[in-house]
Parts: sequence; structure tokens; C-alpha cells
Amino acid sequence: MTAKPDLIRDEGYKWGFYDEEEALFKANKGLTPEIINTISDIKEEPQWMREFRLRALEIFRQKQDPPWGTPQLKEIDFENIHYYVKATDRDERSWEDVPDYIRDTFDKLGIPEAEKKYLAGVGAQYDSEVVYHNIREDLAKQGVIFLGTDQALKEHEDVFKEHFGTIVPPADNRYAALNSAAWSGGSFIYVPKGVKVEIPLQAYFRINAKDMGQFERTLIIADEGSQVHYVEGCTAPTYSSDSLHSAVVEIIVKKGARVRYSTIQNWSNNVYNLVTKRAVAYQDAVMEWVDGNLGSKLTMKYPSVYLMEPGAHGEILSLAFAGKGQHQDAGGKIVHAASNTTSTIVSKSLSKDGGRTSYRGLLKVYDGCEGVRSTVRCDALLLDETSRSDTYPTMEIDAPDVHIQHEAYVSKLSEDQLFYLTSRGLTEDTAAKMIVNGFVEPIVKELPMEYAVELNRLIELQMEGAIG
Amino acid sequence: MPLLEIRNLHAKVAETGAEILRGVDLTVSEGEVHAIMGPNGSGKSTLSQVIAGNEAYEVTGGDILFRGKSILDAEPEERAREGLFLAFQYPVEIPGVSNTYFLKAALNAVRKHRGEEELDAVDFLALVREKTKILHLNESLLSRAVNEGFSGGEKKRNEIFQMAVLDPKLAVLDETDSGLDIDALRTVAEGVNALLSPEMGLLLITHYQRLLNYIKPQFVHVLMDGRIVRSGGPDLAEELEATGYDSIVPAVAGS
Repeated sequence: MTAKPDLIRDEGYKWGFYDEEEALFKANKGLTPEIINTISDIKEEPQWMREFRLRALEIFRQKQDPPWGTPQLKEIDFENIHYYVKATDRDERSWEDVPDYIRDTFDKLGIPEAEKKYLAGVGAQYDSEVVYHNIREDLAKQGVIFLGTDQALKEHEDVFKEHFGTIVPPADNRYAALNSAAWSGGSFIYVPKGVKVEIPLQAYFRINAKDMGQFERTLIIADEGSQVHYVEGCTAPTYSSDSLHSAVVEIIVKKGARVRYSTIQNWSNNVYNLVTKRAVAYQDAVMEWVDGNLGSKLTMKYPSVYLMEPGAHGEILSLAFAGKGQHQDAGGKIVHAASNTTSTIVSKSLSKDGGRTSYRGLLKVYDGCEGVRSTVRCDALLLDETSRSDTYPTMEIDAPDVHIQHEAYVSKLSEDQLFYLTSRGLTEDTAAKMIVNGFVEPIVKELPMEYAVELNRLIELQMEGAIG
Repeated sequence: MPLLEIRNLHAKVAETGAEILRGVDLTVSEGEVHAIMGPNGSGKSTLSQVIAGNEAYEVTGGDILFRGKSILDAEPEERAREGLFLAFQYPVEIPGVSNTYFLKAALNAVRKHRGEEELDAVDFLALVREKTKILHLNESLLSRAVNEGFSGGEKKRNEIFQMAVLDPKLAVLDETDSGLDIDALRTVAEGVNALLSPEMGLLLITHYQRLLNYIKPQFVHVLMDGRIVRSGGPDLAEELEATGYDSIVPAVAGS
């Protein structure tokens, strides 16, 4: 029996509870070829995947952290992390079959209820393994695949192998290498030609174990003319020591298809969230990232879209809220690699109580691309004097016939606005919340109603006591 | 009964310390319409902001009583809930917040304070429809963000619309006529007249006499250098229109 973990009481964060750890298997701390081999053994993986992991481990050991970012990255102790924690050995299709204590956790998070009400499919990951995956029968009949990534490797190895690691190769960056070596769980989605999944699929990621690293790997393939909206949410207990979440998401949007990927990231403030998300969009395809970052200690995440063929459109809507002790280094990356491609980036960030947000973006247009249009807009709102916001936009435009608009604004919570609203009878607190809700509205309105409500609620929680 | 009593009010800009109001005295009772006129920089807008409780100004002397009680220590929202309303000279844009959402929250805050039941969406909409008719307001303004992208005239009309919904006991209209063309001015004035009641007081702050052709004050005051230097009836406004503010100065010096 291990000692009770140290939990930090955080009144504002109501997802900070934990379950007594009942892991079936927990790898020793640190990442070695032996541990990789053990993970691969447990998962009964094909040899090519084992080799992929071991190669990635080598790359991870050689790679340095990115040159930007913060000294905080140096605080991560890679030797003090459990890279694999397996709580249950089954990926169930019915909540009844999920172990009680895990089901209780997801009940508290409202997932089974949401599934009944407004989702087409749900995945739930607890520590390293996916514990539940289900999709509506009618969609399954149309050939839509929605599985835990490990299971997809077992059941659909050909299509898996064809795409896995092609969008984000292990050598892309240090944390992509780490994920490639230690990956476990995540979602695999395949939408067949012409099939439109009208209501969202959702995955929920929960870290429970202490000193744990979660490295899920998501792969989405939208075949020609198809459509899907995938939503992910995440929380963790507020332990006094830090956890690491380092995911890789790869998305292929084929001709005329449309994918929207929405994230409401609400990790507790002890989680390092270092994620690589990338999509490629082919002819007339549309890829949209809606990326909301509210939790974590440090987030470094720049969802990207590579526009590979004419008519492709990429959109990134990024929302970040940094409170005390948080740094949200978020943004987006659009690469125009074909003519007549279009893109939009809208970034909204809020900082309070000394929190820090950074917008980091890249807009690249390759030589020879004509008729490219792009709009980038970054708005930052500082809620007090001690908070900070920075903008690091990079543009690499190698083609002459492009139309680019870039605007960036940093503003403070305006006294004029506060006075105007309070002079109508609203308290300063209500007025501030109203201004903030209005500020993030262009992003929130893009979410399905239930998530919009949730996001507004999370922002209000972050705002508690923001004023005076 | 006096609604508003301003006694020897002194105020300065909090940040710079510049003294703007240097002893203002004014009493507005129920059913009365007062106009404060004065040249630019005389302190008219400051007076309205101080009455509404803008913390950008610091009261350094004197008192403001609203319905018999000093409101100097009251927050702007407390003043509003008690029945004070300021129509801004420069209405502020609140991007992303819909006009109706904002106004419903404000109205319910005021109603709750008065011990009245909060209005639900249906009742609120009915009320809003009725008020938009009085002001000939395009209903599309309701769903737009507060003042965002409104024309100058739309902003001013939106102020009066808010006043109509919040139903204050005393309204201060700060240069509501500025930026309005003659048709818009007439509409706004008609709206204000329709809202007036024997229980309500109105304080019009204006540079020009133009507005007073449409909303008739019983009392006209001239504010210069932070003081009311002359008070009179409606004919004072006409005199000012004819002779300008310059003619007032000797009268003060001689008094």
C-alpha cells in the first residue's frame, strides 16, 4: 500500500479528485528500451511497431527542446515519470463492464450522460489505456470506425500502418519522439467516402496516477467527401508533483472532406501539456481546429494545417486562459503548399493573476502558390497589471500573388467598459465576466451548444475573484 | 420632493489631479426638466460622470444626494439600481455581448433591487418590443453586440432605449444631441418626451440650444469653469443661442 498522494486543495478546480490507484500494471519510472519492450509485449504489438518505438526512443534521447518556450521545460524530470500505467486490460463497449471506480470517475465527469444526450460516439481513456469506446450502431453500419488506437492497430493494421506516423514523424520534435516511443491509447477514426457524421464524436482523457505521463496518439482519416467533428476533453487530479501529457494527433482530410477537431483542455495546474497536432488537407478539403486551453501548468501546442492541394481551407481558432502560475504557449501553423488555398487563424487569449499567454504562429506560403488568401488575428486581454501576453508571429511568404492580413491587439480590461456596464446596474464582477464572455464569443460560438456552455462555465470559474 | 441635490460639489480628475468642478449647486425635483448648458471644457460631462459614480474622478468636496441620501460612497451599480441613469455622450462598445443579453441582466439586477420579480425571456422580449416601437428602433439592433458597429445615431438611440427599459427616476442625458441629424434628433426627443412622467426628473446636458427645441426644460443653468454661473427659465437658452457664452462672463464678474 502506497502512501496517500499529496493533493493540493484547489477550490476553483473541481476535477482535482483522485481514485486510489488500482493499477494492474505500472511500469517503473523512467524510459528505457526495456520498458518500451514491456509496453510492446503487453500490447502484443507487431514487430514493426516495436521497432518504430525503439527508433523513436533513440531520437528522443538525441533531440533537444525547441529553442523557444520557457525555462520551465527544464523542470521536467523525465526519470521521475511512469510512462505506462494500465488500470484495466479491456477496452469495453458498455459502461457496465468498465470497473466500478473508473466508471464512477467518468460519471462524475458527466461522460456517460453526455453520450446518451448528444454524442454519436465516446472514447474514454484512463491513464495509459482506453477503457471504453462506443459508437452509434447506424454509424458503425455505414463503416465509420471509432476505436482506441491500440485496438485499431490490432483490427485494422493495413490502413493504420499506411497512415501512422506519416503526418507527424518521430523526428518532428522532441515530444513527438517521446510520444512515438511511449504512445498508448488515443482515438482512431476512419470515416468512409461520402459519410457525414453529423453529431460529434468525443474522447475524454483522464490522468489519475501520480507522476504519470500520458501519451495518447490519435489518428483521424476522413475519406473523400466525408465529414466528422471530434471533440476531446481532459482533466487530472491536482497532485503536488507534476504530470506530463504529450500527445500526437495526425489527421488526413481527403478530397472534399471536412474535419473539425475541438479541444477543451482543462488539465489541473500541475500538468505539462506538450502536444503536437497536425493535419493535411487535400483538394477542396476543410480542416478546422478549435483549441481551448484553460488548464495545465505549461501548454505548448500549435495545431497546424498543411494545405496540399488547390481549394483546401484551414482554420485555427485558439483560445487560451492563463491564471496564476500558468503559461499557455499556444497558437497555430498554416502551410500553403498549393495554389488557391485559404486559411484563417483567430487567437484569443486571457491572462490573469500573473498568468502568461503567448501566441506563437507560423504562416508559410511556398514558392509558386498563386491566389493564396490568409487572415490572422490575435487578440489578447489582460485582466490585471501583473499578467503578461506576447505575440510571436512568423511569416514565410515565398510567393508574390498572395493576400495576407495580420492583426494583433493587446488590451487591458477597460475601465470604460466596466463603468458603462456597472452604470446600468451590473456589479463589477458580472460586468467583467460579461466583457470576457464577449471577448471569447467568436470562438465559443463555434462549439456545439453543450461545449459552449461548459467553456463559458470554465471561464467563469477562472474569473472568480478576478476583480478587486 | 427633490430627486437630486448637488451641494457645493468639487471634483478632480483622479489621475492628473486637475480640478474640474469647483462648487456646483443644483436641485432637480420630480417632474422637472433641467438643462445644463456650457461651452466645451466647462465641466458638463464631468458632472454627469461624477453623478453616475465614475471612479476616474475624485470628489474633493461637497455632496450629492439622491432621493435624500448621499450617494458619494455608492458604487455605480448601486446608484443605477436606486434609479439613476446616465445616457453616455460616447456610448461604449462591448464586443461579443448581445444588446438584449446585457440589457436583460441589467434590468433584472435593477428589478431585484426594487424587490420586483425578475423577468423571464418571454416577458422581457415583450417589454423590449414595446420600447423599440416608442423609439422607432430597428429590432435588428437588439441582437447585435452592444454598440459595436453602431452608427453615431444608433448609439444615441440605444442609450435612450436602455433608459426606456430600465425606467429610472432620474435620467442624465449627456450631449445626447451631438452627432444626430435633425430627423434622428426629433425621434430621440420624441422618445424621451414619451418616457417622461410626473415622478421622473431629467437633466439634459448640452452644448447647443437645438435639443431644447424638442425637449422643453423648465430650468436652464449655465456651467462655466466648474460652477453654475447663471440659472433661469427657457428664455435663458434662447438668449445664449443669440449672444453666445462669451456674454455670460461679465454678468458673473459683476454679480
